[in-house]
Amino acid sequence: MRNLVFTVTATAVALLGGIASAQTDITVAIQLEPPNLDPTGGAAQAIDSVLYSNVFEGLTRFEGDGAVVPGLAKSWDISSDGTVYTFNLNSGVMFHDGTSMDAEDVKFSLDRARSEDSTNAQKGLFSGITDVSVVNSRTVKVTLDQPNGSFLFNMAWGDAVIVAPESIENIASNPIGTGAFTFSDWVQGDRLELVRNDSYWGTAAVLESATFRFISDPTAAFAAVMAEDVDVFVGFPAPENLPQFEADARFQVLVGNTEGETILSTNNKMPPFDNLLVRKAVAHAIDRQAIIDGAMFGYGTPIGTHFAPHNPDYVDLLGNSSYDPAKAKALLVEAGFPDGFSTTLKLPPPSYARRGGEIIASQLRQVGINAEISNLEWSQWIEEVFKAKDFGLSIVSHTEPMDIGIYANPEYYFQYDNPVFQALMIELNATADPVGRSALLAKAQKIISEDYVNGYLFELAVATVAKAGVRGLWVNQPTAAVDLTVVSWAD
Amino acid sequence: MTEPVRFFEVIRYTLGRLSSLIISLVIASLVIFSVIEVIPGDPASFMLGINAREDTLAALRSEMGLDQPLAVRYFDWVIGLLQGDFGNSWTYKTPVSELISDRIWVSLPLAIYALILSTLIAFPAGILAASRRGGASDVTIMGATQMGVAIPNFWFAMIMVLIFAIHLRWFSAGGFPGWNSPLQGLKSLTLPAISLALPQAAILARIMRSSLLDMLSEDFIRTARAKGLTRSQALWRHAVRNALIPVITIIGLQFSFLLAGGIIIEQIFFLPGLGRLIFQAISARDLIVVESVVMLLVFTVIMVNFAVDLAYAAVDPRLRSKV
Repeated sequence: MRNLVFTVTATAVALLGGIASAQTDITVAIQLEPPNLDPTGGAAQAIDSVLYSNVFEGLTRFEGDGAVVPGLAKSWDISSDGTVYTFNLNSGVMFHDGTSMDAEDVKFSLDRARSEDSTNAQKGLFSGITDVSVVNSRTVKVTLDQPNGSFLFNMAWGDAVIVAPESIENIASNPIGTGAFTFSDWVQGDRLELVRNDSYWGTAAVLESATFRFISDPTAAFAAVMAEDVDVFVGFPAPENLPQFEADARFQVLVGNTEGETILSTNNKMPPFDNLLVRKAVAHAIDRQAIIDGAMFGYGTPIGTHFAPHNPDYVDLLGNSSYDPAKAKALLVEAGFPDGFSTTLKLPPPSYARRGGEIIASQLRQVGINAEISNLEWSQWIEEVFKAKDFGLSIVSHTEPMDIGIYANPEYYFQYDNPVFQALMIELNATADPVGRSALLAKAQKIISEDYVNGYLFELAVATVAKAGVRGLWVNQPTAAVDLTVVSWAD
Repeated sequence: MTEPVRFFEVIRYTLGRLSSLIISLVIASLVIFSVIEVIPGDPASFMLGINAREDTLAALRSEMGLDQPLAVRYFDWVIGLLQGDFGNSWTYKTPVSELISDRIWVSLPLAIYALILSTLIAFPAGILAASRRGGASDVTIMGATQMGVAIPNFWFAMIMVLIFAIHLRWFSAGGFPGWNSPLQGLKSLTLPAISLALPQAAILARIMRSSLLDMLSEDFIRTARAKGLTRSQALWRHAVRNALIPVITIIGLQFSFLLAGGIIIEQIFFLPGLGRLIFQAISARDLIVVESVVMLLVFTVIMVNFAVDLAYAAVDPRLRSKV
């Protein structure tokens, strides 16, 4: 009898203890499933969302506020002419298969990314590298053809993570990295599981395991969070439901910014958009706040140039394209289109484009521009708009961080060809001094704002809905990532 | 009729069905391949995104075999299919046959589950309505089926999620835990199966009822009644079996629909089934997956129809002579 009492008491204590101690697993939902698990061989953001920082690490890495901090490289020296980077690697770093991470692996990863048959989606990040040499097992020297002020930033991208020759062959289905979590299982179409890496070189993760689920339908996303099937939903697809979660004590809602400049892409070579006055008229015909309210349920920050507003170098140029339909009409008359004109507005699938497109088309109609909407799938959009440049207007969010350099490429789909701007970008790349870079970036933002290259709409917001007890989630998305290394449950 | 003649007839009937089956498959493979290949969109550009360089794209295209001529790719595909090799998915980089075999264990049980539910609802409802023609239960059942036919299955699905997952918390809102625990697996397919089954049951019940009513006015039923059977005895002994022919046709069609047509339901319940696989593959231009899965579905539909044809012949021997 005493034994029984003891057992019951012990069980009760154990149970209570189990309830009192914090949860050690987490279920995270994101919209899209990664097509494969190789961050160095495809553009799909979902790959980074799952693996960045959790499984794979680079020489440097992004923090939640966008800062670039040391990663596998604990420090570096830059030669006085800015072309040679000597990275000092952390010691005791092991890949998940038990092999050690050393300078040879860094050389292998960078050489592989820039090789001729590389299928790296961001090969441009590595284009300035002329040589990678191993000094010793802890030191690697990277030589560039010219100074590049954003080289450390480039090395923080998910496409620049360090991989090993021993495990590269099956990386797409069995990713082996150096991160705080190891890949455990992937039930394609349903879920992907990570477990804590107990021999991690840095500070170990708090969570013992994590499950990613993939839910793209907005209604299903709402149901999954409400039914508490998932603990966290990063990139919640239905902004209209956010107020309901905010009002519910079981949940917390985090709204942060992304690197996504959402623009009314304009074909600068296609008449009448080759006329600056016409582009200016379009800019003044657009009511940004109405688009943010109508298409994004109020989530988003208006922009007046192609630059992220949370970046310290951002210049507020909203005044250049204030909402003023009368002025737009006058500009159209001045440009020789008193009766307006017709053009195409080709929209990719995301709701910012589809919903935003309807609103923009009606705003343009007010000033006499008839924009004929056609809805495209992503692959059609890439063919028609991006490659064939067969469009008048389109709406796209450019989600790559610090991508103002695309305006220096006259072949880029909006076909902006300005030698002054191109020279400015060359100067920027060669400038490593932060003050000098700031000034150049400000100048660049001004040029494209005053040239009205595209209609600058808003910076895309990202919403995360989580259970109230989850701590340490990224609010912003400086790069596509769900960094779980510091996530924990409140006691 | 002697036995050898009967045997010969069965063979002739089966061979006839079989040759039309093969012709259908060849035509289907040509149509599927050419339709899917002409859809605009380059799989390599989709995978590598807008920052990809031309040389990177070319490298990936040759890795995927996209630089080969169309005819070569068609024959490679068909020959592969005949050998049971469905090729490798371009985006997932795993064999398509693995993708299919993972997914089929969701879609097939779901389709069968839904079909069983729909039959279990439809048969009693149809028979009851027919036997009480014009009565209160007939009117109620017909009213309910009218609604069942009119309301789309995804709406049922959302309402059920709202009630059973969000408010009552009896089921999870979606997902599939796998068959390691058969009970959990079955549970996770229950709401999807019910939402798929209800509209199908409504259709089936109406067919069952009208087919039975047709039978009940036939001479042989009158004869049976004249022999002294009650109305319900005649219905159960003679009419139900004869009314099954149109019902089997509909069940065959419904099964094909349930297997391929669960896309929206799979999307709502985020189930890793074939429908969602096709959906993802189409938007990613993973053409090899689309082609192979669609071909497999066509094959299944044709096989189900073949089985239905044979089932007719079993139910009604007269049909065997009409090849």
